[in-house]
Amino acid sequence: MNILMTGMSAVLCIAMLGAALLAIRVKGDDSLPLSILAAGLVSLFASVLFLILAAPDVAMTEAAIGSGLTTFLFFFLLARIRGTAQTVDKNDGSALDGRDYD
Amino acid sequence: MIKRFITLLLLAGIGAIFASLLFTYVPDSELNRTADYYAGHTASDIGAANIVTAIIVTYRGLDTLGEVTVLFLASSIVGLVLSLGQKQHKTQRNRVAVGELLTTGSRFLAPLIMLLGVYVFVNGHLTPGGGFQGGAIIASGMLLLLLADPLRHFSHTLIATLESFSGLSYVALGVLGLFMAGGFLDNRILPTGTLGELISAGAIPLIYSLIGLKVGAEFSSMLASLSETEDMK
Amino acid sequence: MIYMAMATGFLLILIGFYGALTNHNLLRMIVAFTLANTGVNIVIVAIGYMHGRTAPILDAAVTASAAAARIIDPVPQALVLTAIVIGLGVTALMLAYAYKLYERKGTLDIAQYTDLKW
Repeated sequence: MNILMTGMSAVLCIAMLGAALLAIRVKGDDSLPLSILAAGLVSLFASVLFLILAAPDVAMTEAAIGSGLTTFLFFFLLARIRGTAQTVDKNDGSALDGRDYD
Repeated sequence: MIKRFITLLLLAGIGAIFASLLFTYVPDSELNRTADYYAGHTASDIGAANIVTAIIVTYRGLDTLGEVTVLFLASSIVGLVLSLGQKQHKTQRNRVAVGELLTTGSRFLAPLIMLLGVYVFVNGHLTPGGGFQGGAIIASGMLLLLLADPLRHFSHTLIATLESFSGLSYVALGVLGLFMAGGFLDNRILPTGTLGELISAGAIPLIYSLIGLKVGAEFSSMLASLSETEDMK
Repeated sequence: MIYMAMATGFLLILIGFYGALTNHNLLRMIVAFTLANTGVNIVIVAIGYMHGRTAPILDAAVTASAAAARIIDPVPQALVLTAIVIGLGVTALMLAYAYKLYERKGTLDIAQYTDLKW
């Protein structure tokens, strides 16, 4: 039983770190939704990790607020911003050229 | 290039501090005195089965009042900032077809989600849960309604009235604790009852229900403000 | 398990800072701050965990008299609950300001915001 818990938390930690690296390193035109979804995934895995660490209240709060409402707030804003963008230049988030909505 | 190098140097320094904290950490083997007091006295003094709820609502109730205030500030500032400089005419936006599945499904699911949210904050003192979780679930239900009908206009007056009423009642219950029980936000203004019943733990179900309604209304108003920002031309 | 969770939390904080310092897009910086927030919460909850004990809820398995010997520290959980909710409030504020900045200037690239530079 203890080996199972330790193994599961090891898998969760590695998955969390992988998703976090994906969230900040992905580049490209359409990569902002991917970044936001990866952050939501980190929140979801953190919620399961909280449950393994014997904190059910915190797990419920993190699942509802971190993985639900935060992701939706980001997507609402992204939809507003994308609805007004005119052209799609090649932007990867680290370029310094002009009009950029990504 | 030099900026990247300085960033990495800074992160390496912070990482060294974290590593020193990690390697010298020794986990406790017994509860420290504060936790011991809370664990031993919750059942007899407060009567709540969920010790974390007892800490949040009663033992450290003033922190919760501060948190609710911060949330109120955040949601009102979001509403204020997003409506500044916005033209007041109601442009008729095109009705986007969202599909049969979402419309029918949301009509079926939204009441159930609200019911789940109410269940979670009413039972906050017995099972894991409470006002903040229940409020977030209620806000998710409102979000589903918003997604199914993007042009739905939530009445900001109703949300604001609900939020103000809950906040005022919460503070009024706290002040009542000053006169009828041990101090501000003491939950013994109502009888504590037997451990594990729904009507027990004094005023905790009432306080948590008010907090749940207030937090749900605040999150819903944040979502409604963000979704009503006008399309820029 | 405590050390694993704490190390993950610390690494998440570092990844969040790195993302906030190197990205140029406002929304990506906000995402990175959210990651750092999650990392801090994981560290605090991991401090309260004790080996071999269970969650601080009194029920049939953990009776009121045996509570002090069977449950973990409940105070970090109460602190983290507050922290998660306030983290959402701060994220909503950041997003609202990002939207207003975008409305003003038309770009989300912080290299274009040179008003405060000398």
